[in-house]
Amino acid sequence: MFLKKVAMAGAFALMGTTAMAAGHGCGITDGRVSIVGNEFPAIQTVGAAAVACGEGFTKNLTADHQQINVAGMSGNPAEYTTAIVANSSIVALMNEDVIRPLDDLIAKHGDGINKNQLITINGQVMAVAFMANAQHLVYRADVLEQVGLEPPTTYEEMLAAAEAIRAAGIMENPVGGAYAAGWNLAQEFNNMFLGMGGSHFKAGTAEPNVNTEAGVKALEMMKALSAYMNPDFLTHDSNATNAEFRAGNTAIMNMWGSRAATLVTAEGVPQEVVDGFAIAGPMTVGGGDTPATTLWWDGWTVAKNISDADAEATFLAMKAGIAPSLMEDEEIRTQAVWLIEGYEPTEAAVGVFAAANAGSIPYPMLPYMGLMHTALGAELADFMQGNESAEQALADVEAAYTAAAKENGFLN
Amino acid sequence: MKNRTFFWFFAPTALAMLLFIAFPIVSIIMQSVFAPHEAILIESENCGPFGCTTETVVDQEAMETLNAERPWGRFAGLEIYTNRGHLATSEVAEAWRTTDSMGAFFSELGDLPFYRAMAFTLTYTFVCTPFLIMLGFAVAVAVNSLHRRVKGLMIFFSLLPMIVPPLIGALVLFWMIDSRGVLGQLVSWMANDPTLSLKASTPLVWISLIVYGVWSSAPFAFVVFYAGLQTVPKDTLESAQMDGATRWQQIRFVVIPHLAPLVTFVALIQLMDNFRVLEPIIGFQAQAHAESLSSFILSDLGGETRQLSSAAATSVLTIIGVAILLSPVLVRTWRDFRGRSH
Repeated sequence: MFLKKVAMAGAFALMGTTAMAAGHGCGITDGRVSIVGNEFPAIQTVGAAAVACGEGFTKNLTADHQQINVAGMSGNPAEYTTAIVANSSIVALMNEDVIRPLDDLIAKHGDGINKNQLITINGQVMAVAFMANAQHLVYRADVLEQVGLEPPTTYEEMLAAAEAIRAAGIMENPVGGAYAAGWNLAQEFNNMFLGMGGSHFKAGTAEPNVNTEAGVKALEMMKALSAYMNPDFLTHDSNATNAEFRAGNTAIMNMWGSRAATLVTAEGVPQEVVDGFAIAGPMTVGGGDTPATTLWWDGWTVAKNISDADAEATFLAMKAGIAPSLMEDEEIRTQAVWLIEGYEPTEAAVGVFAAANAGSIPYPMLPYMGLMHTALGAELADFMQGNESAEQALADVEAAYTAAAKENGFLN
Repeated sequence: MKNRTFFWFFAPTALAMLLFIAFPIVSIIMQSVFAPHEAILIESENCGPFGCTTETVVDQEAMETLNAERPWGRFAGLEIYTNRGHLATSEVAEAWRTTDSMGAFFSELGDLPFYRAMAFTLTYTFVCTPFLIMLGFAVAVAVNSLHRRVKGLMIFFSLLPMIVPPLIGALVLFWMIDSRGVLGQLVSWMANDPTLSLKASTPLVWISLIVYGVWSSAPFAFVVFYAGLQTVPKDTLESAQMDGATRWQQIRFVVIPHLAPLVTFVALIQLMDNFRVLEPIIGFQAQAHAESLSSFILSDLGGETRQLSSAAATSVLTIIGVAILLSPVLVRTWRDFRGRSH
């Protein structure tokens, strides 16, 4: 279904909507554009294309974007006129009421933006998505071949493959994983927990629901995997995990689609890693049907506390940043699963498409999910180090979340 | 007349202190006793690339009216101070009731973020401070005895840890103790255990952080003591030499007593600084093993949902913590002052 939508988008582009003004000026007469966002390759492309629209347009693309975007958009006028966000981070911007509805700008300049790119919340368009993302398997085909195994489709098979690779003496720590304490560790738990059929909150409420059988089983699987990881795994974020893979130290890992595509294009990656590199869909766990991963979109918003002229300039610049003409470049096409007209999936996209087609759950866009994510990130490290039981760690998560949710008025 | 001169002399300082110290503290205290309004949640139809779903969102319009009516938010009193993220009073009371030994009680306590952070912060503060004072003093004495020509160069090198930005310094050490780094390999070779990792063991992480702390703050002690050494009375030292005092005896009976007030000063500043330890924890990505009140504030402000009230409460607790830590020194200074004026 997902594939079909993207194919339709491609067809639309061929039917020939007006050529985008991606050249000089992008149709901007005056106004200020200042972008804040994450730093992975696809966003670098969008940011670069957007700031090329005018002199003095600036971008601040950093992994710490979510620590600065709310503060940077709360002032009046806001420092950042647009934030590039994902389905998790848009919630904070909406909770703080710092982004504006885009309906009028879409009506005026919305040509060339697909309907399925529009993020509609409560009847208003709040963001324009440009790419889809998901975590999925990346592996070394040559290493799996050596031990005579197929690429794993479940985490149980991943464990077996890890044991086989270690037993064959090929690698000591064949499993990679972004298990850094904090956001990354919590995200890996979310994947595993949803794969086990868990649900973070009691239906229709902000009451936590992670201290369940699914939660315990998710943690036990993470613990089992960590035995095959670099002992420093609690400090490894996506960047460090990728470095391990590039160095040929790991053979199987769950990695972001947005980073997998360019994983082996870095300089100095050994030839056997480049040749053996392969991508597959996300794995399931515990006999479940739902993949142990979450679906994400990345898109841009426009700040509320800026003049209408700045908002219009920002909209036009960001629209130029996701212009269909960018899709003519093979390298850019490879960087992500674009939702833009004219995108044709490349080899690198199979993982994310497989995730979407297998019915993965989108990351929950709930006002209190951010607090849950923070609580998970802070409290699960103790369990991963073997200091406490899974039940205790999950009870701690619920207690920490409850305190934070009460303070923020989501629970009473 | 005298009082009047003093007043005008002191007025600019007082004004600056009021503006830059007192007002922010009052503002933080206010923030810590108010919490955001209770969220008004509504169900809404949300659509995106993955289809449409019905989800809970915050009713922005209703919240806007509420915030306009009462911009401070909801009065929470000391609720935030006593919740689990901070002093966790009810959890501590519960642990006290249900555990039968001190060991079990402390292990329950260690499960609460505030007390876990305190355990690390106090260890860090009370180990780092004396060591960095000793190291700074030793370096100062050594540099002071060098020939004039090489002194300048040595002073520069001794100051390097302070010149290097703390985060960079921490990162350099972080890479060195990586299980594939120079020090990491060395330690694992010395322990004859290839799986040993400095970053994966809590005690070793604490030791690394403390070593970093001593390394990065020792230059401060060095500078102060080196300056102090220039004021050691020459004649006292010479007479000690004539009496046949060894070098160690000169240091022990002349130099150290002379520098004692400076030790108090360095200890004061460093206790305060070390209690607010943050950079090494971030640089070492050590959050899994060590937290401090400052790192809580950072994660409260840096999470996807900002927790301003929680961060404010932690800030006030930090101020109280520093005040308690400094009280013995402050009381002593006050006594000295009184003693002198009488």
